[in-house]
Amino acid sequence: MANAPIISFSEVSKRYPGGYEALSGINFGVGAGELVFVTGHSGAGKSTLLKLVAAIERASTGTVLVGGQNVSAMRRAAKPFLRRNLGLVFQDHKLLYDRSVFDNVVLPLQVIGQSMKEASRRARAALDKVGLLAREKANPLSLSGGEQQRLCIARAVVNRPSILLADEPTASLDQETAASVMEIFRSFNQVGVTVVVATHDLAAIAQLQPRLMTLSKGRLA
Amino acid sequence: MNAWLRHHFQSSLRTLGRLLSTPVGTALNVVVIGVALALPLGAYVLLVNLQTLGAGFAAQAQVSLFLDRIAASDDVRSIEDRLRREPGVKQVRFVPRATALKDLARSANLAEVIGALRENPLPDAIIVTLDGNDAALAERVSQMARGFAKVTHVQTDSDWTRRLDALIRLGRTGLALLGVLLSLALIAVTFNTIRLQIVTQRDEIEVSRLIGATDSYIHRPFLYLGGLLGVLGGLVALGLVFAGLLFMNRDVATLATLYGSQFRLEALGALDCLAFLLFSGLLGWLGSYLSVSVHLQTVD
Repeated sequence: MANAPIISFSEVSKRYPGGYEALSGINFGVGAGELVFVTGHSGAGKSTLLKLVAAIERASTGTVLVGGQNVSAMRRAAKPFLRRNLGLVFQDHKLLYDRSVFDNVVLPLQVIGQSMKEASRRARAALDKVGLLAREKANPLSLSGGEQQRLCIARAVVNRPSILLADEPTASLDQETAASVMEIFRSFNQVGVTVVVATHDLAAIAQLQPRLMTLSKGRLA
Repeated sequence: MNAWLRHHFQSSLRTLGRLLSTPVGTALNVVVIGVALALPLGAYVLLVNLQTLGAGFAAQAQVSLFLDRIAASDDVRSIEDRLRREPGVKQVRFVPRATALKDLARSANLAEVIGALRENPLPDAIIVTLDGNDAALAERVSQMARGFAKVTHVQTDSDWTRRLDALIRLGRTGLALLGVLLSLALIAVTFNTIRLQIVTQRDEIEVSRLIGATDSYIHRPFLYLGGLLGVLGGLVALGLVFAGLLFMNRDVATLATLYGSQFRLEALGALDCLAFLLFSGLLGWLGSYLSVSVHLQTVD
């Protein structure tokens, strides 16, 4: 790890209501500009780990620092400002199907109050980067699974976040499409974005030779 | 600041678009809110009119002094002078028994009966008009008049206006309670309308939260929606009340004519209408704010 950690976990555990312990005693750091893949079987705690970074869940014990901020003790009102510096890519895409491809990508820029002219320019640039500019007026429902995932990535990076988090981005994609999606993550990492991807698809990342963290039953192996 | 204004503008446009895209649902919601508001508004307008009517009569609160038949004109002058010196007495008027008999014959169509009388049975009277409808003042003047020689009977004519005043006060309390209850009902109606809207936009809210939208950002379009529904409902309520007054005024005119009055029910003035629309908008806004806040508590 060459750089100072931009994400750091210190003795982090997460216990859900009902007693299920998803993570236990997790310690690690991710340096700025690193490309990290978190692997493990289904239920190993990969998604929970990413949710803790994005303040979607709160750690039961321990400290989660993101960009120097203690996310595990963060007030509700502060969370949106943390997330504006994160790009989130979801397995189920979380796209808005009553809006066009362009409107989905421009949404994060509207949230931060960007002028429409600048927002349009940046949204088109993001769509171009993932190869979807020609489909900007289409409805996301008319896109294939791989295209929807690329659209989700475009929405995640349009704000130029310093950290990109992706939860099982290739879960429902064929091998070739999965490899192209992973390649997109690598290209963002190459321009300095810290990328953390949770996946169980080892085949898709074999070519990338990234840093690997393996979770097993809520513990780092 | 520009970004904040821009989002307000976008939110209001989006809200208008949503309302217009479901015209039937919007119209039904507006009618429900309008009817809920029309009840207390109508009662308020009637009460204000009743108060005006009562105030008109109250201004003429009087004490009548009936004189002994042996009272001479010097006695009458003396009584008049003492009454005029009394604070709170606005006017003192002597009504000779002959004039009283003529008035009675004219106003009650009793000319034939009165013509058959061998002598005038009515006494001379002094009518004292008081300044306002102060019960204590009326009582003081009555007590004083009872002490005058040659005064056989004293009658206070302001009792019924005080009863009317007490009734209006009771009505106002009842109206306040009704207003509070129906305001709560309006907040509940808006709360539920917005809750249904939230259900249809749940994905958008979730995604907005995940990409960094603040609670204020998420609240804003719904607040516009609630406020707009409240104002539109207020307009419907005003329309219903105005229509009701038009219908009622025909019967009121007939009744008032029988009492020799020109009284008509008056609608609210422009400023009152504006204040009412602001109030209904505020209630809609509040219902919406509560609805979205409750929902946001369930999101991360």
